[in-house]
Amino acid sequence: MTQDERPAPRQRLYPLEDLEDIPGTRIFTARRSRQAYHLHKFCMSLMDKDNRDAFRADEQAYLDRYRMSDDQKQAVLKRDFGKLIELGGNIYFLVKLSNTDGWSTEKAVSSMTDLTPEEYGAMMRSGGRKAEGNRSIRDKS
Amino acid sequence: MARLTAGVATSHVPAIGAAIDLGKTQDDYWKPVFAGYEWVKQWVKDETPDVVILCYNDHASAMMLDIVPTFALGFAEEFEPADEGWGARPVPTVFGHPELAGHLAEQLVLDEFDITIMNHMDVDHGLTVPLSLVFGQVSEWPAKVIPLAVNVTQFPTPSADRCWQLGEAIGAAVASFPEDLNVQIWGTGGMSHQLQGPRAGLINREFDNAFLDKLIGETDDLRKITRLEFLREAGSEGIELIMWLIMRAALGQKVDMLHRFYHVPASNTAVGHLVLKPAEES
Repeated sequence: MTQDERPAPRQRLYPLEDLEDIPGTRIFTARRSRQAYHLHKFCMSLMDKDNRDAFRADEQAYLDRYRMSDDQKQAVLKRDFGKLIELGGNIYFLVKLSNTDGWSTEKAVSSMTDLTPEEYGAMMRSGGRKAEGNRSIRDKS
Repeated sequence: MARLTAGVATSHVPAIGAAIDLGKTQDDYWKPVFAGYEWVKQWVKDETPDVVILCYNDHASAMMLDIVPTFALGFAEEFEPADEGWGARPVPTVFGHPELAGHLAEQLVLDEFDITIMNHMDVDHGLTVPLSLVFGQVSEWPAKVIPLAVNVTQFPTPSADRCWQLGEAIGAAVASFPEDLNVQIWGTGGMSHQLQGPRAGLINREFDNAFLDKLIGETDDLRKITRLEFLREAGSEGIELIMWLIMRAALGQKVDMLHRFYHVPASNTAVGHLVLKPAEES
């Protein structure tokens, strides 16, 4: 194919890099989804009571059944949900882990912020985190 | 012929299901949430549909991430409530309607929508919490349900306009089904919420209420909302609102609003709820 015959680049409504411009947010892209695939398999396994019991009995041994990275395993052991998101995770399957621990989703979610669960709950009851100032890193808006 | 008689929109927060299952609906925290659903519970007693086409998203309970279909239609005779890590919700088995589901799948693919067919899947809170909110605590669901699972998790999700077009195609497909059926379409999820990262807890009351206004009124702007705008304005999980557009578009150009409710918070989420019916032809 010569240069002239190449298909024209497709028009996009915005550069995809803009997805990285939302403060405190990691968009779950197809690439991150693949990075988290085995973490996801582990979380999905917790939908079975026998598996939950086996995980509770020996967390490290149970995690070693899955082809997760060491960083992902460490973050699971520490229940570091913020780190798990950074390592490709998504809350929709990570809650299988917090549910196994008997945590509310609110507790799991609040652990990713700089607030205590009590402070987070109070913020939500007073209307939640404002959008103002939290829309764009670039525009500080 | 089958008739699409009404549309229902509602959030599907898992903690709402837990509050119902654990008998906490009259607690101070939950009372105002459930008060907003008293109207629909009364209304549906006289307006019980034969079938609900229920747009929801699977929260890594049946497919994600082993398969990530953009639109997946439930074909089975029955769908069991999923165990999401603390045992399955104590709610009835969901019975499908394979004949209408088959008709929809045929018509939608003919209309260029590349639908995935799910012959076996469990259904999670995304589907069962709306059923509980509308039908209450029952020993069996009073309607058949055709699950329509939408990818709202892995970027890129379908666009707002694509969801709108799908809704229009569903409306036409229902109208061409020869059996006399009363069909409702429900759009679930939302409203603004973010369940990840330092920005977790985001709520955007202005965005949510403008979205509700436009669902009832002039809808053109809704089709132009970009994925980025949903993520920025309504939070990383607020993009679930695209499923409401499928519901709204299926009802046709004009609707009458029967009920509207908005409340913050339920757990991490802004709760929104609408009951709409297609406007009478003038």
